[in-house]
Amino acid sequence: MELMSMKVDKSLKRLTLIELAVPVTLLIVGILAGLMQVLFRAGMIQANDLGGIEYYQALTLHGVVNAIVFTTFFAIAFGNTLVSYALNMKLNMKYAWLSAIVMLIGTVTAAIAILAGKASVLYTFYPPLQAHPSFYIGVVLLVVGSWIGFWNWIPMYVRWRKANPGTKTPMAVVGIFTTFIVWQIATLPVAYEVLVLLLPWSLGWTDTVNIMLARTLFWFFGHPLVYFWLLPAYVMYYTMLPRLAGGKLFSDMAGRMVFMMFIVFSIPVGTHHQFMEPGIGSQWKLVHAFFTFAVAIPSLVTAFTMAASLEYAGRKNGATGLFGWVKKLPYFDEKRWLFPYLLVGLVIFIFGGISGIINSSYNLNIIVHNTSWMPGHFHMTVAGPVFLAFIGMSLFLVEKVGGKELQMKKLAMLVPYIWMVGLFLFSSGLMRGGLHGEPRRTNMGLTYLNPDSPMFRPEWKIYVLLTAIGGIIMTIAMLVYFVVFFRTLLSRQVREEVLEFPLSEAYHNEPAGVFANFKPWIVAASVLIIATYIPVFYDVARTTAFGAPAYDPAIPMSLKELKAAEEAADEPAEEQSSEEAQGEATDTEVEQQTEAGSTTDSTGN
Amino acid sequence: MDSKEKIAIGGSFLLMTVFFGAVVFAMTGFGVEVPDCVTDVKPFTESSVTSTGPHRYEVHSIARMWAFDPYEIEVPPGSEVDLYLTSADVVHGFNIEGKNVNLMAIPGQVNYTRVKFNEPGEYKIVCHEYCGINHHAMSGVVKVAYTPTTNEEGGN
Ligand code: HEM
Ligand SMILES: [Cu+2]
Ligand SMILES: [Cu+2]
Repeated sequence: MELMSMKVDKSLKRLTLIELAVPVTLLIVGILAGLMQVLFRAGMIQANDLGGIEYYQALTLHGVVNAIVFTTFFAIAFGNTLVSYALNMKLNMKYAWLSAIVMLIGTVTAAIAILAGKASVLYTFYPPLQAHPSFYIGVVLLVVGSWIGFWNWIPMYVRWRKANPGTKTPMAVVGIFTTFIVWQIATLPVAYEVLVLLLPWSLGWTDTVNIMLARTLFWFFGHPLVYFWLLPAYVMYYTMLPRLAGGKLFSDMAGRMVFMMFIVFSIPVGTHHQFMEPGIGSQWKLVHAFFTFAVAIPSLVTAFTMAASLEYAGRKNGATGLFGWVKKLPYFDEKRWLFPYLLVGLVIFIFGGISGIINSSYNLNIIVHNTSWMPGHFHMTVAGPVFLAFIGMSLFLVEKVGGKELQMKKLAMLVPYIWMVGLFLFSSGLMRGGLHGEPRRTNMGLTYLNPDSPMFRPEWKIYVLLTAIGGIIMTIAMLVYFVVFFRTLLSRQVREEVLEFPLSEAYHNEPAGVFANFKPWIVAASVLIIATYIPVFYDVARTTAFGAPAYDPAIPMSLKELKAAEEAADEPAEEQSSEEAQGEATDTEVEQQTEAGSTTDSTGN
Repeated sequence: MDSKEKIAIGGSFLLMTVFFGAVVFAMTGFGVEVPDCVTDVKPFTESSVTSTGPHRYEVHSIARMWAFDPYEIEVPPGSEVDLYLTSADVVHGFNIEGKNVNLMAIPGQVNYTRVKFNEPGEYKIVCHEYCGINHHAMSGVVKVAYTPTTNEEGGN
């Protein structure tokens, strides 16, 4: 395979390697937390913590590191290199470094809070469980750093458009920009949630938070977040997989249509995570379910386009007959070791996608919501196609940008296959258990899987065992990956560092037509978002009776009650404490209600 | 565009339309609904199980760190239960396996569903949202049985 390669300067090389090595190092912790979870859930280890790290603290680390930190760093490193390469232009390194530094500071800040046990709120940080302010600040910085990374590509692209009038924007750039347009829109509501609602509350400047408002803002961000994960993988599928398979992308137009559909439909769907919550009219939930079905369409089209592209490649490789092409793909070709990382992910995504459609099916969600079915499902998306594409591309970037030779190629090529075997066992255990009521986010070994507990559920034993076996196999795959990654990174440079991606040509290559510009699609997205979210926020506002005070995950009373109780215990002087109690009661009506036990005449606003 | 590709795109639209139709049919035909806004009942601080008519019960359940109040809900077989749920502190979950009851308990909000218990037995309630370090110990039960307290109902 002869690829066009582009010189890369030392600064971009260093930046890219840092942006990969840091999150991959953190990923070691994230993966070990995953192993801990399967063992604890199966009751193989019955404890609150392991080596001082508590179950829910580890689960917070697992979600934050694997799904937020690793993915965001990767998306920026991938975007920096791919956009430069596809436009054949030089990146402004000043802003690229600024972006990385802000993300790094954010990551360290949040990590300290989690490791100190001050932010065991899981990666969704639902109030009124409260984290230390540094957790929220860290998350904000990570996101702002990624914005800077994105903004840095915009002037570059504008210059390219000016210099190349009438030329189609390269598909790789369309894909990366789609990813970050979705991210830019989606991070605004969560920025509002964190900066206006949670951070001031965590700093003690405000007393209460409107819980449904916070949750609705979170999921306004939370669903598009999954496309922020998925889209870089789609970029690799559309622009690289066909070439790696030895063929061409079946249809250029389909790819552009798919990306634009993601801009339009990724966001007005967030309440499908809130089907089981009060405070949002069920008709609006149905509207969001409708658009969720719409956003499944680009993925179905992708399934077709990928199958057609692979078939074309297989036939070019000499296949005959209806399905002969399946046998003529480079499953174990050392020269194209990236192929299995992408292909296996695509296979896993068939199941991730089907289970996703089940989840979003409105009333069907009653069966699966918050059961272990959910992690079963999303490990076949974010820990399937997304994760395999990301770790595969990380190796690829270290090799090219670092000027290294991939170490232990044969083993490296097996990683996705081992991962898939483990993942299928893992996910089938979780999903079957979920259908029998097994909850997610639960340290089940202490209760549900503990024969000595009155809560023991022996019927779940088989499912948690399957999950544990699968999880152990996944961990083994990752250990291999870590060894390959760090050995390659630390190996001697053997060739000049370059920017080089196996970009595909298109088989059907038509003018981009209506898909040539982002603008109309961004406008359409904005209109849909406004139309679908105004009634949701209206419902939340009219149904919320009162906001909630802050809670520490370890203490079954609000921090305010706790403080009052402690002061009462410290101060024998009756007068003062009763004075304080009065002062507080007027502060929040919530407490008044709880104490008085009155319900009917409460603040029904 | 390739003609097969047009078929694939059209087919994708059609498939999702059929799926959406199935969802709407389950809703209108079988009455399987997701929670809606509740405005007539305000967040309550006292739990209760009251009989509101023959085979009709109203339950006010409160989720708090780390127990359901009441822990045990007792009704006779054949009961239709109007279930109201709120939280006294953080967010909790309320799931009854095999019963189309899956609710989030949110402070400052009341959640609602209606459920019918025909078969006698113990229906386990599981808190399925992380609610603090003892979340895994938070569960409850619906006992559906002919008991002395509910005899008059069960006799019918
Ligand atoms: C060895 C590999 C892995 C294992 C054994 C594993 C295991 C698990 C388990 C058992 C849970 C559910 C825990 C619970 O709900 O109590 C979980 C949750 C989760 N996992 Fe993984 N996982 C692995 C890799 C990954 C990867 C690679 C990603 C993402 C890139 C990921 C993302 C998540 C997320 C986002 C959650 C949800 C956390 C939450 O509910 O707050 N996992 N994982
Ligand atoms: Cu979603
Ligand atoms: Cu709980």
